[in-house]
Amino acid sequence: MSLDRSDVERIAHLARLQIDENDIPSYTENLSSILNLIDQMQQTDTSGVEPLANPLDAVLRLREDLVSEGNQREQLQAVAPAVEAGLFLVPKVIE
Amino acid sequence: MFDKTLAELAAGLRKGDFSSVELTQAYLARIKTEDSRYNSFITVTEEQALEQAKAADAAIAAGNAGAFAGLPIAHKDLFCTQGVRTSCGSKMLDNFASPYDATVVARFKQAGAVMLGKTNMDEFAMGSSNESSFYGAARNPWDLERVPGGSSGGSGAAVAARLTPAATGSDTGGSIRQPAALCGITGIKPTYGRVSRYGMIAYASSLDQGGPMARSAEDCAMMLNVMAGFDPMDSTCLDREVPDYTATLNAPLSGLKIGLPTEYFSDALDPQIAERVRAAVAEFEKLGATVKEVSLPRTELSIPAYYIIAPAEASSNLSRFDGVRYGYRCAEPKDLEDMYKRSRGEGFGAEVKRRIMVGTYALCAGYYDAYYNKAQQIRRLIQQDFVRVLEEVDVIMGPTTPHPAFRIGEKNNDPVSMYMEDIFTLSLNLAGLPGMSVPCGQVDGLPVGLQIIGNYFAEAKLLNIAHQFQQVTDHHKQAPAGI
Repeated sequence: MSLDRSDVERIAHLARLQIDENDIPSYTENLSSILNLIDQMQQTDTSGVEPLANPLDAVLRLREDLVSEGNQREQLQAVAPAVEAGLFLVPKVIE
Repeated sequence: MFDKTLAELAAGLRKGDFSSVELTQAYLARIKTEDSRYNSFITVTEEQALEQAKAADAAIAAGNAGAFAGLPIAHKDLFCTQGVRTSCGSKMLDNFASPYDATVVARFKQAGAVMLGKTNMDEFAMGSSNESSFYGAARNPWDLERVPGGSSGGSGAAVAARLTPAATGSDTGGSIRQPAALCGITGIKPTYGRVSRYGMIAYASSLDQGGPMARSAEDCAMMLNVMAGFDPMDSTCLDREVPDYTATLNAPLSGLKIGLPTEYFSDALDPQIAERVRAAVAEFEKLGATVKEVSLPRTELSIPAYYIIAPAEASSNLSRFDGVRYGYRCAEPKDLEDMYKRSRGEGFGAEVKRRIMVGTYALCAGYYDAYYNKAQQIRRLIQQDFVRVLEEVDVIMGPTTPHPAFRIGEKNNDPVSMYMEDIFTLSLNLAGLPGMSVPCGQVDGLPVGLQIIGNYFAEAKLLNIAHQFQQVTDHHKQAPAGI
């Protein structure tokens, strides 16, 4: 599967990754070769095979609906880049 | 001193031959003088280590110390350590001092262990050479121009160089087993769900598993006793009793049935490694095991399946790194989108960005069935192959890697060629089975590993098998020249 420049730009946008102009060709080449590797899978017949998402086919565990965690906002926000009044600060979102 | 195993150090501490403080000071001093050669540590926690050592000595003197009290270890830098930098080998988390301890870290603390520091690794655990670390490549103590393997390359190098008797690692596609093989040490990836992933910075949630790396199976058993067990904080962690992995190390191996997959001995394998592996298997026959040829026909398909599933899961897991709540935020963001794109673009290295993009692409509407779903179906087929073979034999053996350690920089320009090095290790993570690598000799002066694969929750048996092998061979005792 070969990608072109515009594919890479679109994927980078979806993943919210800034890719330097000059690096786009090498990313395009590398991603294409990885996808070529992946294409090997298409030759295998998997009709009727159930996908395996968890190696033990485990099901999500349930617990009692009881409060078990305390408020640790101060401790957890101590590592944030910008905080004020218990809120995480980011550049303006609403125009 | 530095050649002693955890088991020997534990005995020495109990007898009073030395104190934990003396031991810790000796290792810290050794790291200071030697690690510039290997770059195996990202952070050394000198103060904390000495405090822990003092506390351990007090507990040992009072007679109420646990089996792991006073023993020094290092943690791979993706295990969250409270108050201490947890970088995941990335610029994205260079400024991140974790507000909490991973369960694995907490368990070792409770057991009285001494944490020497955090070890180097491929960025976000994505790699097989430790070259993608923001902190620079780690070097193989057997040949400084070569890679120690990855992604737990720092742990592998630190243990091989005797900078720490043991270290924790993590294994998503081989990241414990492959560096163990390339560095000539012993490592085990437990069954998926055996060790809690809480506080282990996630790469691929259905594949990741933490485990021990040390210089003997006995040491790995001591570590796994601490690491394994149910954790309510990890929804994928199994509620299943943890045996004492050290109690069954000496069970005899007569009657053990070993399978050697034809596909593991293909042209892709260095013939000298094939020879060392077959010689190792012959040792097991002397111990009473029988060997037969088996087939794992979809071994090669594990590569494309893994390199869709892991990047897909990674693209989801790494979306939390957005510059908002922790980690790197770019300077002067123009708006929210600019902040996301530049924080992530500047904070992540090239391999991480590549894998995020592969994963994003694979999960796109229109491609999901062809890629992710297909890969998960192949994953089921690979699992079924193993289950079928493990009905005929007790364990599967083969080489851990197709080649010994390659040169730093040799595979940098070709990611796909790097991915091929994982051919023997990937399928285990896909199936969730446990696997070990034990040293089985050298090729051109570089260590190579024997991989031992067991059935679900067969860690005790794997450790027993490896321990018996290490009683009749001395590959695991070899040290790099000058160490």
